[in-house]
This record gives sequence, structure tokens and C-alpha cells, in this order.
Amino acid sequence: MQRSFIAKNPSVLIFLACLALFTLIVTVLSEGFGVGVISTSFVKTLGKTLCLCLVAVAMDLIWGFTGILSLGHFAFFGLGGYMIGMWLMYERTRLIVVESLSQTEIPATSSEIIDGIGNQIFGVVGSSDFPLIWAFSDSLVLQLAMVVLVPGLLALVFGWFAFRSRVTGVYLSILTQAMTLALALYLFQNDSGLRGNNGLSGLQNLPGVTASQDEVSLWFLWASALALGLGYLLAAWVVSGKLGSVILGIRDNEARVRFLGYSVETYKLVVFTFTACIAAIAGALYYPQAGIINPAEIAPIASIYLAVWVAIGGRGRLYGAVIGAAFVSLLSTWFTGGQAPDIPLGFYTVKWVDWWLVLLGLSFVVVTLFAPKGMGGLVDLLTQRKSPNRHGADLGPDDGALREQEASQ
Amino acid sequence: MNTLLEVSGVSVTFDGFRAINNLSFQIGDAELRAVIGPNGAGKTTFMDIVTGKTRPDEGRVIWGDKSQSLLKMNEAKIAQAGIGRKFQKPTVFEDQTVQENLLMALKKPRGWLSVLMYRANTADLEKTAALAQEIGLLEELSRKSGELSHGQKQWLEIGMLLAQEPRLLLVDEPAAGMTPQEREHTTDLLLEAAKTRAVVVVEHDMEFVRRLNCKVTVLHEGSVLAEGSLDHVTSNQNVIDVYLGR
Ligand SMILES: Nc1ncnc2c1ncn2[C@@H]1O[C@H](COP(=O)(O)OP(=O)(O)O)[C@@H](O)[C@H]1O
Ligand SMILES: [Mg+2]
Repeated sequence: MQRSFIAKNPSVLIFLACLALFTLIVTVLSEGFGVGVISTSFVKTLGKTLCLCLVAVAMDLIWGFTGILSLGHFAFFGLGGYMIGMWLMYERTRLIVVESLSQTEIPATSSEIIDGIGNQIFGVVGSSDFPLIWAFSDSLVLQLAMVVLVPGLLALVFGWFAFRSRVTGVYLSILTQAMTLALALYLFQNDSGLRGNNGLSGLQNLPGVTASQDEVSLWFLWASALALGLGYLLAAWVVSGKLGSVILGIRDNEARVRFLGYSVETYKLVVFTFTACIAAIAGALYYPQAGIINPAEIAPIASIYLAVWVAIGGRGRLYGAVIGAAFVSLLSTWFTGGQAPDIPLGFYTVKWVDWWLVLLGLSFVVVTLFAPKGMGGLVDLLTQRKSPNRHGADLGPDDGALREQEASQ
Repeated sequence: MNTLLEVSGVSVTFDGFRAINNLSFQIGDAELRAVIGPNGAGKTTFMDIVTGKTRPDEGRVIWGDKSQSLLKMNEAKIAQAGIGRKFQKPTVFEDQTVQENLLMALKKPRGWLSVLMYRANTADLEKTAALAQEIGLLEELSRKSGELSHGQKQWLEIGMLLAQEPRLLLVDEPAAGMTPQEREHTTDLLLEAAKTRAVVVVEHDMEFVRRLNCKVTVLHEGSVLAEGSLDHVTSNQNVIDVYLGR
């Protein structure tokens, strides 16, 4: 009666295969290790897109499966980026300072080195002392731990207060917007300790690595693909079991779940914190590819875009979120990057840089009203149309039994 | 017979309107009880109080051998203590299969970590199959419960209640919208359940209550008007005036 996890969820296998194939093709066509058809900057765009897909998976878990429309998950994404950015910036500055001080005749003391790093990093905000939050920035291991711990703790504390007082629906969404806005405003201040609106920069340069960006960009692409694959697998495993039943139940009727004896607040808190950690990991992989992070990245609008991607892709199914994030964010890059041809109407020229947001907003409204399943719904159409055709059909009597093409592999 | 649940002197006010007025109610282990009363008498609100959904303004609700007060517990804790509830409107998780609905209700640890690691074993699957057999949904185990008929959803909800193995079952208008045959099946289910646990059934339909053949409590304007056998309460002049004589 019990079938294995993969057999019950054939879409997971298909997804992982597509992801692996994508990574392979990009690698072969890249400048770093391949024939050089795809530019390094585009490899970075693709790598960043994979990170956005991962945070979309997190968004789908919290919104599509648990029914909590969080409009604050980019706060966790950004915090993850800041945490890894602190080490990248510290370590690289340290190497530069040590290098320049080694020219002097008397060897530099360690406090001179620290002062030098402080001057370099905080000079832009008129300071040279390390704020307390940089205490661990000299340790990669600790700073990596903080990628998960800091956003995780923020989510835990915020969620504990919000869920315990049973804030739901649109009020909760507003509360999450307030959280991300407050965090962004705080970081904008020069004395926040994270360089105010300058943010952290030069993150694309890995300290001590001499390889060119052509190669480093591919490392990050692979790491992002691995993170997305693992994150997707974990999310699919979580929702395939009884925990998935419970959170779907919370989405559809949370009062009923309570009367079954499940502590709804605890489950919400667990999923909220878990997805915040996934978002943070995605952010920690994203910003070294972007090269720079500043407080504008966690402005409230960023989290709203995230919800739009998931809605357009199709919430409540993990691959829908991935498709939505990849499609919309790449399209957005194309339109806002000025590559899309303008449309001259004679009396007026439609410039996509200005009009893209209008188009996106309209598509969001249209999808919400007329295609609530989003782009993922197309998969339903496709598989239904295919099913009378024996090729590729299920071999067993049950849905999700081994498929012909899988069996012949 | 031991008292399982004791409600005493409970009152609830909604915006100045007294929905429950100094209500007292007792039920023992393995007792079947019917609660009747006109619309708006406070029957559903009474269940809301016992299950922790509504907090009373005054009064006590005492539960079980250890005489715990339910007023200090939340809905999940009360359910874990052994009180199951069926709603007036059938509420099953429509996006999930009958099997998933039953597995979710099955008496198992409710903590998130054990739920995360839980994978149904053969014993659990047999248990859900046996329950599905009892509620007549064996054929529908792998169907989405949203596809079931109204009556089948009511049964599924009763099945989920049984899966919880509660000591007290609160059932709100289980026969509403059912055909006569379906009603009969429902009566059988409730009678069977009441052999091993306490069951409180709220119902409008007198025929249905007669078939349950149990002690009856009549509610009116938030308090108990009469209590006793069905014949006893239906011959009570107050009851005839407010309820039956209309
Ligand atoms: N949440 C509420 N807010 C305001 N009034 C309520 C609420 N719940 C119930 N009532 C009122 O309390 C009275 C009793 O309702 P209810 O318990 O549903 O009656 P019954 O189930 O016996 O038909 C009704 O008059 C109803 O309008
Ligand atoms: Mg009622």
C-alpha cells in the first residue's frame, strides 16, 4: 500500500531532471567552462534567477500551502544576503589592508589591522569602529550560521507574537509589510551598523580566490541549482506527508484543525520560520552574484513581487512557484533592461522600461480573476490532453505509478 | 455513573444579548444524550463553550476524572483531552482524500515534529479502512472528499470524530439535509459510538431523537427548560408552549 516518496510524486523527479539539464546546458555554453555562447553576466542573471525560484518555493509553502499571505519574506532573503555579505566584505578588506601594511617596515600589529579594516568599511558612514553586530564577521563558519539564525530568529519572534494573538488574513499581510518596511528603514540609517544606504558592496569578489568571474559565476550557478534542488526536494517531502495535510487543513479551515487537536499557532510558526530560513539561504546565494546589497532590496515592494510571481506561476504547487519566479523575473529583466523594443504608436511611444510594471500588474489581475491556478494550470491541461494517448501514460492502475519513460530508463 | 462533563452556572452575552443564561448540564461516561430546542436556543453556543471556541462570562466547565477546568484550555488542548466535535455544516477538508482526512484525525501525537516524521503504517491504514467501512465510504477512500455527496461528508466527519477516539462526542445536527435512509445509518453510527463513550446529539427532528431512545435535555433561551425521557419532556407544559405547540 505504501509507495515510495518519489513514486508518489513523479513531478519531483521531472523537476530535478530539468534543473540538472538546465545547469549542464548553461555550463557547456558558458564563458568560464564552455564554448562561450552565454556571457558571464547572463550566467549571473540565471544563477540569481535560481535563487529567486528558491525563495518562491518558500513563498509557496507559506502562502499556497499554509494560506498565510506573508508579504515580508524578502526581509529574510535580504538579511541572509547581509549576513554573508559581512564576512565577504570583512575578509576581502582584511586581505587588502594586510597587503598594504606589509609594505611598511615595522610589521603591523593586529589592532592596526583591525583599525585599517574598520576605516575602509565604515569610512563611508563617517566611522571607523566595528559595531557590535560585526562581532563574528571574521569567521566564515559563524557568519554562515548567522545566515540562518538571524532571519530564523526574527521570523520566530515576529511569528510568535502575530500568530499567538491570532492575527490572520489581510491584517497579517499588513503586519508583515510593516515588518519589512521597519527593517528597511532601520538599515537605511547610517548608525545601523550596516553602512546605511550604501549597503555592502564588492560581494562578487571571493576573498583569496584568484579564479576569474567567468568561473566564479558558474560556481555560484551550481551552488544555487543545488540549493534549489535540495530545497525543492525538502519542501516536496514535507508537504507530501501528514504535516502537508495539516497545513493544507489550516489553509482551508483552521478552526476545524484546532478541533482535531492540532495547535494551529505552533504549525504556522514552524512553517513561517522554516520558510524564512529557506528565504535567507536563497538570499545568501543571491547577493554574492548581484555583488551589492542595500536596504532598498528589502523594501516592501520586493515581497509583493514575490507574491505576484507565485500567483502567476500557480500557488499550491511547488513547480508552479518556480515557473512563475523564473518566467516573470527573467521577463522583468528583459523589459526593464531596455532590451525590449519600444512600440511606436505614432502619437505615443510605448517604452517598456516605464510600461512593464503596468503590464505585470495587469497580468496579475487577469491571472487572479481568470486563471487562479496560474501557469501551473497549463500542466493540468497538457497532462489531461495527453492521457488518452498510451505513450508516457502510467503503467500501473494508480495515478503516479511508474511511467513508461521512467521504466525504460 | 461518573460525571464526565459538568457545566454549571454558565452565561454568555453577545453584544448585550444573553445567548446562554445560567446554564447547567451534566453528562456521564458512556451516556447518550439528545439536546433539543428551537432555533437560537443556544445549542451551538453551548458546544462552542465546551470546545473552547467561546469563553463564557461566568460559570464553570469541569472535565474528566481529574476535574480539570476547560475554561483555561485552548481548542487544541480540549480536543487532545478527549472532546470531539462535529459541526452543523459538514466541514471536511475538501481538497484532500477521504483517507487523508481520516489519517489526520486518527489518535496520534499532535506535535509538529512527530507529525512531520509520521508515515502511515499498515495498522493505521487498516484502521482507516475499518472506519471507512463503518461509515460506508470504503470505496471512496482515495477520492477527494470535496467530491462526496452532502450525506457522505456528514459521515466522513463522524468517521473523523471516531478516529479521534474521544471520550465525549458533541454532534451538531448530524441528520440535517439527509434522506430517511441516510438518517437511519446515522442513527446506527451514533448508537454504536455511544456504547463506548459519551455522546451529545443536537437535533431538531423529533423522529430522529425518538430513535436514539435516550435522555433528552430541552434548551430554551440559553437555559435548560426540561430534562428526562422524550415522553416526559414532550408532556411538559412549558415545553409544549415554547417548542412543540408552535
Ligand atoms: N458569535 C455570535 N455573535 C453574536 N450572536 C451570536 C453569536 N453566536 C450565536 N449568537 C446568537 O446566540 C443565539 C444562540 O445561537 P445558537 O447557539 O447558534 O442557537 P442554536 O444552535 O440553538 O440554533 C442566537 O440568537 C444567535 O444569534
Ligand atoms: Mg445551531
